[in-house]
Amino acid sequence: MTLKHPSTGGLLILAVIIAILPSILPNNFYMDVAIRIGLNAIVCIGLNLLIGYAGQISLGHAGFVGLGAYGSAILTGEFGWPAIPAMLVTALFVALLAFVLARPVLRLKGHFLAMATLGMGIIISIVLNTEARWTGGPDGMAVQPMMFFEYMVFGEAVWYWIVGAALLIAVWLSLNLIDSPVGRALRAVHGSEVAAEVCGVNTTQYKVKVFVISAVFASVSGSMLAHYGAFVSPEDASFFRSIELVTMVVLGGMASTYGAVVGATILTILPQALARFEDLEHMVFGLILMLTMIFMPKGLVPTLSAKFRRSPVKVEAESEAQGGGAT
Amino acid sequence: MTAVLTVEGLTKEFGGVRAVDELGFTISEGAIFSIIGPNGAGKTTLFNLITGVYTPTEGRVFFGGEFIGGKTPYNLADMGLSRTFQNLQIFMNMTAVENVMVGLHRHLDKRIDHALFRIGGMARKEREAREKAAELMAFVGLGQYVNHDAASMSYGALKRLEIARALATGPRLLLLDEPAAGLNPSETGEIDELIRKVSESGVTVALVEHDMHLVMGISDHILVLDYGRKLTEGTAEHVRHDPEVIAAYLGSEAAAVKG
Repeated sequence: MTLKHPSTGGLLILAVIIAILPSILPNNFYMDVAIRIGLNAIVCIGLNLLIGYAGQISLGHAGFVGLGAYGSAILTGEFGWPAIPAMLVTALFVALLAFVLARPVLRLKGHFLAMATLGMGIIISIVLNTEARWTGGPDGMAVQPMMFFEYMVFGEAVWYWIVGAALLIAVWLSLNLIDSPVGRALRAVHGSEVAAEVCGVNTTQYKVKVFVISAVFASVSGSMLAHYGAFVSPEDASFFRSIELVTMVVLGGMASTYGAVVGATILTILPQALARFEDLEHMVFGLILMLTMIFMPKGLVPTLSAKFRRSPVKVEAESEAQGGGAT
Repeated sequence: MTAVLTVEGLTKEFGGVRAVDELGFTISEGAIFSIIGPNGAGKTTLFNLITGVYTPTEGRVFFGGEFIGGKTPYNLADMGLSRTFQNLQIFMNMTAVENVMVGLHRHLDKRIDHALFRIGGMARKEREAREKAAELMAFVGLGQYVNHDAASMSYGALKRLEIARALATGPRLLLLDEPAAGLNPSETGEIDELIRKVSESGVTVALVEHDMHLVMGISDHILVLDYGRKLTEGTAEHVRHDPEVIAAYLGSEAAAVKG
């Protein structure tokens, strides 16, 4: 019987991979891809809490990434705030916005929830496009580099370690959350809402909580993206970006924190590989989403880890044998 | 004996059809109280009304002397009212013991910061919760299934798992919706024993059940429903000899043979 945290080993493996990767990657182009993988993975870990564990869809999460990015850009650029307070205040604002939106939106189920979150993402994207005085409109805006007191955070080599550390923290938080009363309540909402309620779980409240948490993950990732890239554009908050994020979660594996990381890794690398066929990118993403849903609905990581575990037939036979004697 | 649950003039209409019709009864503390009646008599609707899943059209329900109109199922769980479902409502995305741990939810540390950073003794509290849940699984006879995925368990085992999960909430009154449905005679015998054990542990039990052998054997008090109305109520002996009950059951069976 395993009473210990079951996934600490995975956290260690991930830390080792992050530690040795820079010595393998040949140049800054690959470092850049690795950083973007990390930033996407952080969003996906949050989104996976919402979609994979609590069973609530969001087709508008790029909107929160965009708000995080623009919040940091505007507070540091226009108001001259230091980067870290700007990031935190932005995250707080996004959390409040998500909290206000969550109640009416998460009352909906299935297609209606999908449509409502889709609309939410599009509205955010429209605001970023049209409020040109603050956002620079469709052209986007330049972002101040992140300052740590006197030290300027600049370049792939430095950002790699920041994003790497942030990713490890995100994974750690997600694993902790899932293995707690709050995490079980979220999974219970997915499993059977009526049973969760009867067990004393205020399902509405937990849906709101997970929506806010996932929005904060997206916002923080967006803030880092803005400083790292030194530029933000409404593209970062577009509908297609939202779909990309959902595809990452679904491909990697719903209800699997490491699955979210794997999904983000594959689908961040893929567009680079397909760079020559830019027009095909959207189609390929759609195709991957469809094929995953049809042939591997649980996603990569859960499907593969089930294969490596003991065969279920054997487990069942054993329990039958035990069950006969015990009752 | 004190009343745990009192129902007065309870009515539920679904588009003009009265599924429950001006129903009144009282469940006494410590009793095993059964609700029987032909299919469609309104038994499950009654459970859904009591547990706040449905809102009554009219009438009032008191739990432990307190009016519980407008309370949500999780409010009622907090007050000590728990239930199982006729069609299993198991969290298939979890292990068996995690299902029971959800039942413990209201006794656990729900602070989000404690959860995210695993502080405030969370590791220890989780270990204790798991042990408590494992004990409850042993109590219902599922001790060997603790770490199994719920999805891999048999129907009979899941029926007990639901009871363990309901007990985990620490109920004063436990509502069992057809605990023996779909079970073979030997499994039904085990459920019979389990219900007695639950009752002896101090929990008042109300059950909806079609298995007359089970009902007649364990019930202290039986309420008979037909078309949402109370046909009669009393001891097994009283109900068994009531001409109206016989008519309702034989009538429905005769109709079934003909139709």
